Amino acid sequence: MSAPAIEVRRLVKRYGAVTAIEDLSFTVEPGTITGLLGGNGAGKTTTLAILLGVLLPTAGEAYVLGVDILKHRFRVLPRMNFGSPYVELPKRLTVRENLRVFAQLYGVAKPRRRIETLSENLQMGEFLDRPTGTLSAGQKTRAALAKALVNEPEVLLLDEPTASLDPDTGDWVRSYLERYVAERKATILLASHNMSEVERLCSMVLMMKAGRMVDRGTPADLLRKYGRHNLEEVFLDIARNRGARQEAAE
Amino acid sequence: MNRAAITPGDWGFSWRRVGAIVLRHYYLLRSSWARVLELAYWPVINMTLWGFMTVYLVGQSSVFAQATGLLLAAILLWDVLFRTQLGLGLAFLEEVWSRNLGHILVSPIRPYEYVAAIFMVALMRVVIGVGPAALLAWALYDYNVFTLGLPLIPFFINLVILGWAIGLAINGLILRFGLGAESMAWMALFVLAPICGIYYPLSVLPEWLRVISYLIPASYVFEGMRAVLIEHTFRADLLIAAALINIVYFAGGVAAFLYCFRAARHRGLILQIGE
Repeated sequence: MSAPAIEVRRLVKRYGAVTAIEDLSFTVEPGTITGLLGGNGAGKTTTLAILLGVLLPTAGEAYVLGVDILKHRFRVLPRMNFGSPYVELPKRLTVRENLRVFAQLYGVAKPRRRIETLSENLQMGEFLDRPTGTLSAGQKTRAALAKALVNEPEVLLLDEPTASLDPDTGDWVRSYLERYVAERKATILLASHNMSEVERLCSMVLMMKAGRMVDRGTPADLLRKYGRHNLEEVFLDIARNRGARQEAAE
Repeated sequence: MNRAAITPGDWGFSWRRVGAIVLRHYYLLRSSWARVLELAYWPVINMTLWGFMTVYLVGQSSVFAQATGLLLAAILLWDVLFRTQLGLGLAFLEEVWSRNLGHILVSPIRPYEYVAAIFMVALMRVVIGVGPAALLAWALYDYNVFTLGLPLIPFFINLVILGWAIGLAINGLILRFGLGAESMAWMALFVLAPICGIYYPLSVLPEWLRVISYLIPASYVFEGMRAVLIEHTFRADLLIAAALINIVYFAGGVAAFLYCFRAARHRGLILQIGE
């Protein structure tokens, strides 16, 4: 069995008296898409921030591609990337200029060729030389995705990648991510509120609530365990403390 | 496969990453004539105002008749200091305003590489901002700042380093306390203006205030400037004093930024910096 792409052990994050994450442990297998599910304040973004090395935990360990991210993040950051609708690209720069800057930051060997490839794959040709601030929401999402993929990351951390997108664009992004993982054998950890997205993309789901891992499994396992037809119902069961039907029956 | 190069260690230094941040700010300035205009606007207005004041004073005062460039050199050197500090602040604030700071700080750029990059950006902004004012002084008032001679170089370097140090400490405060601390970038340096002897010798200050002014590297630079223009002597002692105190300021600025950066990592502020 191959080593996990991401491994988190007994992670704790406290802000004074407030606990954001409590005793969180999980692994993400390489070449998979894993969903991190939970309501607002569940600790999803906190977990991603720790895995990116921009947030220091109170206790615990976190490894990405076998590297201790808390001690040696610069050894592994060139092999990772991150996307979130809450972090933006500079609006006055064109998409090409933004990608050029990030290609250089990530040490991409042939940036011009890489940008052309991304432009082709993500169908950005018509807006590659337009200021990022003038793009539509769907175009901005593709530009942000191009930034997240500029270094062909082995591990991609995505925070609500399709938030505020129309169903067509959202579906297009999901298809692209599926292809990327299949072609590159990359690993994606995806924090999302979109249950249908998680159901479609993820081979493993980690359910979080109030900073704790409350359940985990494949989407099919969770549906069976909770006796539900979709993950949204499972999510509501967990959010409303209804517990697994099977467990309740036992 | 076009995989990004794997950086082997934690402590490498890459000019390529530094260059990426400089490139980002070059693209920004290239795309925004308003920003370029704003860079040069105040130094040029200041120069015009004080230039005519100098023309008037030369006919009224023997001091200004002896050293016509006194005010103009002071204005230019003060602008070097102020524009460096402000340039460093704006280089950082541009990332905060555009909500791009998170993208940069989760990339492989080290904090000290980022600091080196915004130093370069601040220098670029000083050249764009103060250059036109220096040209105007030459064209309108027949004053060439280069007549200060070689001392101009250490004057310039000392002021740039002081601007970097103060700017860096302020950037640390913005990182730690959010955009609520933004106004510090515009205000902070003006606390020093009355006591570092830009336009008058330190001897006019009350003795207790003079003690404080001796703790500011810029005070020695402006005293040194007056020695060159009025007495036509180069005071190496003043420049050495400025350089030594500047080392302390610079170390303090870097330490303050890195401390605030670490505090921001503890408090989870980097991905959500704002008001």
